Amino acid sequence: MPQITYVQSNGERRSIPVSPGATVMLTAVANDIPGIVAECGGAAMCATCHVYVEESSLALLPPVSEVENEMLDSAASERRTNSRLGCQIAMPDGVEELVVHVPSSQN
Amino acid sequence: MKITTLSHEQARIEAPVSDFDPYADETLNNPYPHYEALRELGPIVYLKRYGAYAIARHAEIDAVLRDHVTFCSSAGIGLANFHTEEPWRKPSLILEADPPAHGRTRKVVAGLLAPASINKLRPTFEQEAELLVDRILEMGRFDAVPELCAAYPLKVFADAVGVPAEGREHLLPYGDMVFNGFGPFNERFKERLAAAQNSITWIGEVCKRENLTPDGFGAQLYRAADEGELAPEEAPMLVRTLLSAGLDTTAFTLCNAVLSFARHPDQWALVHANPSLARQALEEVLRYESTFHSFYRTTTREVELGGVLLPEWQKLLVFIGSANRDPRRWERPDTFDVTRRASGNLAFGTGIHGCAGQMMARLEGEIVLKALAKRIKSIRLEGEPVYHYNNSVRGYDSLPVSVTAA
Repeated sequence: MPQITYVQSNGERRSIPVSPGATVMLTAVANDIPGIVAECGGAAMCATCHVYVEESSLALLPPVSEVENEMLDSAASERRTNSRLGCQIAMPDGVEELVVHVPSSQN
Repeated sequence: MKITTLSHEQARIEAPVSDFDPYADETLNNPYPHYEALRELGPIVYLKRYGAYAIARHAEIDAVLRDHVTFCSSAGIGLANFHTEEPWRKPSLILEADPPAHGRTRKVVAGLLAPASINKLRPTFEQEAELLVDRILEMGRFDAVPELCAAYPLKVFADAVGVPAEGREHLLPYGDMVFNGFGPFNERFKERLAAAQNSITWIGEVCKRENLTPDGFGAQLYRAADEGELAPEEAPMLVRTLLSAGLDTTAFTLCNAVLSFARHPDQWALVHANPSLARQALEEVLRYESTFHSFYRTTTREVELGGVLLPEWQKLLVFIGSANRDPRRWERPDTFDVTRRASGNLAFGTGIHGCAGQMMARLEGEIVLKALAKRIKSIRLEGEPVYHYNNSVRGYDSLPVSVTAA
């Protein structure tokens, strides 16, 4: 079954089985994954669901939208080329695993 | 999705029909039992008094707000349909607009109010909060509405926009009228509109470039117009938006916070013991006692919602204040609990029209609650709160309280 794997800054990993279309943010919140705050509830307004997508997974995702791009500048942790908002990325069809790294801070 | 053709009358018969008046004084005072009754009637209800359908459960509201194509805002978010009736003022370029026009104005406003931009205001906001706590501790016993809840946003947010210090008594009456406009054109709205002429004139004046400070949000909107991101005539309209949307709402949120904590001293004790809970506590206030309670969307085509086929150009009343108490979404929804995770509530809506100022609202609320929590051991109600009646927002005109220093 497809899964999203969350890697914490201390190396801890947790994989959650998901269906295609499940967003990284909602899956994290529903499963009490630490470090994903999601203050605005998924409206791309708060940048507190910021994640670093592992390189291998990055290419599988649709490109950053304009709104997402603007919001990423508000992320508390350093913005990198693999930065995405968890509420804007979902499990793609036909992919077995999506790996994301949780930043050390969201505020 | 299979679209079948149904006559309007047939569609209406399918939804439960209710005589509910969301705008009656008695409802506005305590809407929650009414919301529960609405939710229990079904996923969608027809309100015959107003000829509008209504949704009161979290799931349907979340879905509708995320589908801005089917459920549009350019027809107005009050009961009047701007495509067929004269709006009471020029429609908002952001709130009452649809893509593609919406995206352009939204981008500029969202940029001003994004965390990266507003976090610069934190030191000033914190300083003002300390001064405010100094003042109320000195008074000991006071009316929280003028001294705290209204005072704080009228100082910090109005300063941030860059309006003059003189004349700010026009801000809340103007916003009050705007929020009444998100309901029907009833007596309450007509009365406020008639009484507000001076405020409308003042707002028009302070939205002009020459009357704003050179470094506030207002000035930044004019600079965006200089850069071609906005048309020149859009800048003053968007200053108007900031002033309409950013004062009453935060003042009432602070009222709802003060009252909730005065009525639940055990919850205040938790925040006082641990002031870092302030942000999370504010989120629970937003869920438990939402400020903005209802507004409309308009269908752009025939669409099935909650098993009922809605016609095109149908007004749909969206009760976000009810979504936040829906037991289908929230455990113990009627319990004020600052330890719960209240994020994911719909106090600010969601989707492309999710409140553009929500991070500013959270910033103000967190800073005020934290400043109070650090220095104030208890907040007590010293008299009857006086409720403020408005068609779409809930707050107070008077909250007599006393505070005890930590």
